[in-house]
Amino acid sequence: MLFRILFGFMTATLVLPVVLILGTLIYKGGPMISVDFLFTNPVQGMTAGGIFPALLGTVWLVLVALLISVPLGVAAAIYLSEYAADNWFTRAINLAIINLAGVPSIVHALFGVGAFVIFFGFGTSILAASLTLAVMTLPVVIVATRESLQAVPYAFREACWNMGATRWQTIRRVVLPNAITGVLTGVILEVSRTAGETAPIMFTGAAFFLPFLPQGVFDQTMALSLHLFVVSTQVPGMPEQLPFGVALVLVGLVLLMNSFSIALRMYLRGKKKW
Amino acid sequence: MVAAVETRSAASLEISDLSISYGDTPALSGVSLSIKEREIFGIIGPANAGKTSFLKVLNRMDFFDSKMRVAGEVLFNGRDIRKVRNIYGLRRKIGVVFPLPVGLPLSVYDNVALAPRLAGIKNKADLNVIVERCLTRAALWDEVKDRLDSLGSLLSGGQQQRLTIARALSQEPELLILDEFSIAIDPVTTMRIEEVLKELKDEMTIILVTNLVQQARRLADRTAFFLGGSCVEIGITEDLFTGGQTDDRTRDYVMGRFG
Repeated sequence: MLFRILFGFMTATLVLPVVLILGTLIYKGGPMISVDFLFTNPVQGMTAGGIFPALLGTVWLVLVALLISVPLGVAAAIYLSEYAADNWFTRAINLAIINLAGVPSIVHALFGVGAFVIFFGFGTSILAASLTLAVMTLPVVIVATRESLQAVPYAFREACWNMGATRWQTIRRVVLPNAITGVLTGVILEVSRTAGETAPIMFTGAAFFLPFLPQGVFDQTMALSLHLFVVSTQVPGMPEQLPFGVALVLVGLVLLMNSFSIALRMYLRGKKKW
Repeated sequence: MVAAVETRSAASLEISDLSISYGDTPALSGVSLSIKEREIFGIIGPANAGKTSFLKVLNRMDFFDSKMRVAGEVLFNGRDIRKVRNIYGLRRKIGVVFPLPVGLPLSVYDNVALAPRLAGIKNKADLNVIVERCLTRAALWDEVKDRLDSLGSLLSGGQQQRLTIARALSQEPELLILDEFSIAIDPVTTMRIEEVLKELKDEMTIILVTNLVQQARRLADRTAFFLGGSCVEIGITEDLFTGGQTDDRTRDYVMGRFG
């Protein structure tokens, strides 16, 4: 009984910050939200008007990063879980993944500048920024997918192999369909992280202010996270409510993009039984 | 597809001096025996006798187990299985039923249709025929025909074990291996499956590994007694149970004195 109360109290303290943050954002930023705010360009040195270029830019960055890191991460997880022998090489890769997850995002940013902006010559662009974000979030996708692959009982694999299925046929028909919820978990975590990160994109593709919308992946773009930083600290004479509005839109966008994955995951979990 | 049933061949096995070890630990040593076409070959013996390791070699599951070392020769229909390039093709000829039922998390229909699909059969009508025939022969059709779309992993244990048998049959195997199939199912289901096996014997070779000596007696034409990693004795099943043993350990085991 004592522990029940104790753990319940601890859980409540975890929920409290979430409630406070969301409450503040909605209370202060809520009045900012309007169709004009969402879908027009900023004007008067960003102190008025909307945030459409930043909103669209974040969507671009997240989607391109997902397109890169999900196939790569899932493939790596399949290799590590289903093919790799347990030897020093595999252990080295696993160690590298853990280390990659621990690298601070500003270091990823500098890596992105060196590798994608300069070496590959993508310039400061959506592509370079998304690649940087993708590298940064790869461990999330790999670990989430690998864990869910390994949660699929070994007996299922054996049953398939005994039928004459190759490793790949077994993965495609039985293992992966039962691990797809883990992939979606990885995607959800990645979207949240990607949309919110500021450091990795500010040197690689996100712009302070742009008077036009990006036309392709080789253009620079504005982004909500950087825009939030800018309107909060870099522009004098900013209306007090505006940063809260931007933050609320950022949180809402992440929730919106994740709601699709969450709904799909709930649907698939309902079907999964063994 | 239907015509293939009558003309199908059954497997014969010739095993000589087979030894298996895991790392430095031996699991089986120097086993030589032959298994004839269309017989039920029983293997009895207590735990750790090397029975399951023996089975794993037959369909080259050692290929997926890097710790397993195998020496000796196994001829499947006269071909050395250790030299078979296409081990997937070999495995398709060998159906396996495990101690614990494994209903794959697919629908009942897809469970049985999986092996034919892997073999490249796509035609829905052909698949329907195969699924119905295999489920019927595994004595499960009447119970599941109205819910072929429900998950195989949600059936009861006894039903799942029959589903596993139906799945093994869908490979049109020449050899059916059952590894202590009745360990997790009720006696009634066990008897039903035993009846099924007696009928299947006309079409394929069956290896029946069992802990229950009486089950071997009911079903097997010939029986081998494995003990502690070697094969003690092989003989006509009835002889082993009626005083025709040549080894005292066999007599003690079949009479229930140890094991």
